[in-house]
Amino acid sequence: MKAFTYERPAKPADAAAAVARRPAAKFIAGGTNLLDLMKLQIEQPTHLVDVNGLGLDRIEPTSAGGLRVGALVRNTELAADPRVRRDYAVLSRALLAGASGQLRNKATTAGNLLQRTRCAYFYDPNQPCNKRDPGSGCGALRGLSRQHAIVGASSACIATHPSDMAVAMRVLDAQVDTVKGDGRQRTIPIVELHRVPGDTPHLETVLEPGELITSVTLPPPPGGRHVYRKVRDRSSYAFALVSVAAIVQPDGTGRVALGGVAPKPWRSDAGDTALPDGPGAVTSRLLAGGATTRDNAFKVTLVERTIAAALADAKG
Amino acid sequence: MHGSDPFTMTRRNVLLTGSTLAATGVVPAYAEDPVGSGTPVEPLPEAASSQVRLRVNGREVRLMLDNRTTLLDALREHLHLTGTKKGCDHGQCGACTAIVDGRRINACLTLAVMHDGADVTTIEGLGTPRNMHQMQRAFVRHDGYQCGYCTPGQICSAVAVLDEIGKGIPSHASADLNARPLLSAEELRERMSGNICRCGAYSNIIDAMLEVAGRRA
Repeated sequence: MKAFTYERPAKPADAAAAVARRPAAKFIAGGTNLLDLMKLQIEQPTHLVDVNGLGLDRIEPTSAGGLRVGALVRNTELAADPRVRRDYAVLSRALLAGASGQLRNKATTAGNLLQRTRCAYFYDPNQPCNKRDPGSGCGALRGLSRQHAIVGASSACIATHPSDMAVAMRVLDAQVDTVKGDGRQRTIPIVELHRVPGDTPHLETVLEPGELITSVTLPPPPGGRHVYRKVRDRSSYAFALVSVAAIVQPDGTGRVALGGVAPKPWRSDAGDTALPDGPGAVTSRLLAGGATTRDNAFKVTLVERTIAAALADAKG
Repeated sequence: MHGSDPFTMTRRNVLLTGSTLAATGVVPAYAEDPVGSGTPVEPLPEAASSQVRLRVNGREVRLMLDNRTTLLDALREHLHLTGTKKGCDHGQCGACTAIVDGRRINACLTLAVMHDGADVTTIEGLGTPRNMHQMQRAFVRHDGYQCGYCTPGQICSAVAVLDEIGKGIPSHASADLNARPLLSAEELRERMSGNICRCGAYSNIIDAMLEVAGRRA
């Protein structure tokens, strides 16, 4: 790990300004992903701004009838909050399907959204990776790509976004509240937070340098049956091959988002609209324009079957 | 003397007995003066180290640490509390599990400097060979280990898991998110999935946990 200086400011705007004025500075919250990457020297910040003292660790009702989740709320706290369990069960379920108890006790709401891909080629500095080293190529495209994306990717990068929580946030239409280095605040719909890779896979979000997520706001409870169905290589503590977050209303309409198959939580209006027509229709709409490799073509069938299982759960 | 009592011999004492370090005669549980013990290998940029205060197993300690020092390395290399183990050092195996401010975490994936003022409990703080924690006794009774390397992390995790269930925190295995979680083998297996045991003592670990949980209930 490279040496770095460290500070722990007390105000969100001060934290944002501290990162904005140094190009090699980074925020650290739970640290469960950043420190992993720093040990491998994939991340090499020269200054860390610890955001754990900013008081962003509360879950509060909004005037609109939703919930404002502080950026520093731990995954365990968010999953266990009685309001989340009752009104946003898909979010509790997604959080509990991710990582381990120890990691969920540390990992934060904002950090979960901003975690990096677990693509093995991104993690191995001896391999080319356009995300880690722009212009070096993509090792996964000609390598082992069983875990990789089948939609939304590009010829420069086929890495997936690894989060479960973000898939639930996407199906809930969450909004991401930020403060920038100059103190200005803005709200970003979750659909716009993550970029697709195109020719610039190293640019993963629309956040500006020093822009700090302060909270994630959930709209009023959407009702319906909430399901999070995750398929992985072992029954616990593994990233998704495919996951499905679904909210299904009594009349069969609803929303569906996918994890494990794309560079960001994957949902479309066409996919939602096709829900009453069944899993085959939803799959073909959601995966329209996608591309598979020899290794990950199985995911297309797996998506359809996982949606079918999720819809069956929603009826049960 | 410390090393002469076979019941207080730790694995580390045994190893040190055969080395030149044994000449010191005593291997204290804590370094006598841990401040300044983090001698850097290469010159550090200015202000790349910090003073950290911790309360470890009920004892206040002050350390001057390179900012890069993980909580795990602070415990092992600076406080010489070697019960907490380094396995993968990437948060994948759970050997480094410690209880910080009442929650189990991977001590390898957090910086000591981020825990200034924190209360840390390691395996050494749960019990001693003469006065074991009930979870330690249950692991012994049920043969919940073989080589023992993952065991401190398993036991810290197991103690915290029963606490989490007691607080009503749900898991992936909970059928009803809004009901009190069950003290079932299925629940315990899911909640312990962050602790890997290469010897495969899993079923005995669950038996040990069920016994302690039953005793509490």
